[in-house]
Amino acid sequence: MELLNIEGTPKTPTVNMNPNSGEVEIKGRSIPENSIEFYKPIIDWLDEYSGSPQPSTIVNIQLEYFNTSSSKCILDVFKKLEQLKKNQHDVLINWYYEEDDEDMLEAGEDYESIIKVPFKMIQIVD
Amino acid sequence: MQQGNIIVAYKGAIDADLIADTLTLIETKLERDVEHSLTRKKIYNVMVECLQNLFHHVDAIPNTGNLNYGIFVLSKLPNGFYIATGNMVNVSKKPVLKQKIDKINSLNKDELKEFYKFVLNNQTFSEKGGGGLGLIDIARKTGSKLNYSFVPFNDSLDFFKLSVILTE
Repeated sequence: MELLNIEGTPKTPTVNMNPNSGEVEIKGRSIPENSIEFYKPIIDWLDEYSGSPQPSTIVNIQLEYFNTSSSKCILDVFKKLEQLKKNQHDVLINWYYEEDDEDMLEAGEDYESIIKVPFKMIQIVD
Repeated sequence: MQQGNIIVAYKGAIDADLIADTLTLIETKLERDVEHSLTRKKIYNVMVECLQNLFHHVDAIPNTGNLNYGIFVLSKLPNGFYIATGNMVNVSKKPVLKQKIDKINSLNKDELKEFYKFVLNNQTFSEKGGGGLGLIDIARKTGSKLNYSFVPFNDSLDFFKLSVILTE
């Protein structure tokens, strides 16, 4: 299985997904008008990865901005991870937010209350 | 549509490039004029939702050559920011839109959070938009009621104006 690396743009995040280390990173901005198209390869990759995952999968989400069109796609990503967890594999989602950014912290907590995967809220201090 | 000192105002055709350019412009101006980074972030976030909402819902005005016509304003008030958008909507869409906004306006902070999570988790998204999360998100992030009006334009179209105030 291959690495998935997508370079960030002003509208879309940097994505790094490594099947050998079990590390997934989504970082930057996610504000495309149509997010479904952007997130499709990520969802497909997770589908394939779920066939032979690492014992432990670490997911780092560090978003500066995301729009509501992306929020549903991010939920879909988390649902794939929830399935992995359900199949007895360790999964941890690290949700990064800028110091005092309550909107971003709250967004992470919204996901945490919907998805049955452990979340760790991590404040980024300058 | 005008209140306070204008930061950005636009009237005309709305397309993806215009929105991208506008967001870049807004970011530059906010960087210069607004000291607090979290306030900048909040304004930018709300502008993204407002403009993308507009982008997904602009309708042409028949017989005028005005395609994808819309209006938006971001201005500075003494105690915050004023954000408004305007676009044509088919009168047939008015009852659903009105009902939706009235519902959002009737909810308090915690109820809005629950409503957002419910829509996020239960509604299928269309290719077109965000499945109706945009307006809820705008209300949550600003903590403002969604002020709106429908101004009759002709038999089939109303001009729909939406505004919020983000208190600093």
